[in-house]
Amino acid sequence: MKPTWKVKLWRYTIIGIVGFYLLLPLYSMMDFSTKPFAFFQKGRTLDAWKVIPSQPDLAIAVFRSLITAVIVMFLILVLIVPTVVWVHLKLPKLKRLVELICLIPLAIPAIVIVVGIAPLYRWISINITESPISLSLVYSMLILPYTYRALSAALDAADIHTLAEAARTLGASTTRMMAGVIMPTLRTGILNGSFIAIALVLGEFTISNLLNYKTFQVVIAQIGRTSGNVAVAVSLASILFVLILLLAIPQKKRQKEVLDVDVA
Amino acid sequence: MSSAYVQLVDIAKHFGPVKALDGLTLDISKGEFVALLGPSGCGKTTALRALAGLQELDRGQIIVDGKDITYTAPNKRNMGMVFQAYSLFPHMTARENVEYGLKLKAHKTASDKRADRSGELLELVGLSTHSNHYPHQMSGGQQQRIALARALAISPQVLLLDEPLSALDAKVRTQLRDEIRRIQLELGTTTLFVTHDQEEALGIADRVGVMRNGLLEQIASPAELYDRPATSFVAEFVGLTNQVKVKVSNGKFSAFGTELSTLPGSITSGEGVALIRPESLTVKASKSGDGRVVATSFLGSICRVMVNLPDGSRINAQMESQDASGLLPGTAVDVSADKFAVFVK
Repeated sequence: MKPTWKVKLWRYTIIGIVGFYLLLPLYSMMDFSTKPFAFFQKGRTLDAWKVIPSQPDLAIAVFRSLITAVIVMFLILVLIVPTVVWVHLKLPKLKRLVELICLIPLAIPAIVIVVGIAPLYRWISINITESPISLSLVYSMLILPYTYRALSAALDAADIHTLAEAARTLGASTTRMMAGVIMPTLRTGILNGSFIAIALVLGEFTISNLLNYKTFQVVIAQIGRTSGNVAVAVSLASILFVLILLLAIPQKKRQKEVLDVDVA
Repeated sequence: MSSAYVQLVDIAKHFGPVKALDGLTLDISKGEFVALLGPSGCGKTTALRALAGLQELDRGQIIVDGKDITYTAPNKRNMGMVFQAYSLFPHMTARENVEYGLKLKAHKTASDKRADRSGELLELVGLSTHSNHYPHQMSGGQQQRIALARALAISPQVLLLDEPLSALDAKVRTQLRDEIRRIQLELGTTTLFVTHDQEEALGIADRVGVMRNGLLEQIASPAELYDRPATSFVAEFVGLTNQVKVKVSNGKFSAFGTELSTLPGSITSGEGVALIRPESLTVKASKSGDGRVVATSFLGSICRVMVNLPDGSRINAQMESQDASGLLPGTAVDVSADKFAVFVK
């Protein structure tokens, strides 16, 4: 049944309102970042965007944050995915408990987490490394609520229990079953969880700032203290970057589905 | 020493207070097709999973081809299994699914041999043209065929079928059932099939084991199981039965004007309930008859007639449709019984 013009109008109105609500801040950022530095000048300028590459600490901060994100993704793959799969397969009674534990980072304010882990990080920076990359440890905890949800949904959708048993009876060891069957089956869930984690890591400010680590967001805040336009330009660039990353997931999936149908 | 190829010896498994298996003993000969039949919770699936190594046992021993595999991990057992739920790996094509088990034995199976074997099996299940399809592009029946090909690809010692047809619609179910039997006979694979559908079990297996409360009630050929049930549970569970109150003396009793004998295991004297098959009863229109037809159900070549008897009880008779054509509801009828040995409880 084709939707009537009333239904269509209603749909487009809602999409319009939501789109306006979401895009207005981005438009405002773009507007602000292209205004001349001096308030009496008129017209548009890309000066704020042009000086981005020459900002001190920025490039290295972006690099650090990206490396941190990659490490967090690695931790998701080697620590969180096997744990969640194991709980689903072997210890289903613990599912609720693990879910609860994974939700804790949502309930505790970042400042409280920082107070709790500050002594640990002091010890880490004295005895192991001063690198902000060590933040990936606390980040891998912060992203738990999101990655757990994404993985859990993928696990529930795939009847992982039967797949695991099928792989076992066909001769797969636990490692080969995980690598050859479970991980590829959960690919979309893992990707979703990982990209949300990347977005979170690249956008995190409170903890890294309070622990005195110069990450991407901390440097943006620093720039903001000297030049608002540049800080907004950098923020917008980072938002667009993360947005493109996030859009990449469903895009990839859709391409595969189209491919599959072509094969048929 | 037993000549059985597969032996389950006194296996037991308790889940808390529930006894899923309570000392089950079962022998299967090489190349034999055995079906385990029983109501939900009778332990049939637990027995199959124990043989696959997916279920640890509290007690007992599992021997295959003379080797004790009770504590062998499932991936070292060489059992092919088809599950009730669709279990194809969703990220692999049909061919990749079939080759999966062979790949795990990579050092033994070169890739060209693997391709030959998977091609062979896809042909065997009639899906050569679907080798590049992903599971989500196939119907339920096709997915189960591929699962069967995948299980057979590793040349398993025993093929385990865990209600593989129950998620399919009736027509596909019958087709695939016949195909499973054809393939099993062609390859001679020893097979254990678990189902709660008696028609499936009786139609496909060399021997059918009826289970209750974690134990085998009877294991026999389908015909023997049907005609000569060893217990009242088997008589009632397999096929339809009419429960008729009778008085037994010296292993004989009279019902519907016929003298009938009792099966071994029945009561030998006193009042009891005879379990009479509908096809052993014949209904004939008769003005002086004291039975009344309640309803008839047409089932193609045969027809089932429901009759109310003067004592208020109701029986089902099954007869050829042409013989039942005049039996409208309300018709006065006479009921007679064929001379068959019957179980009386």
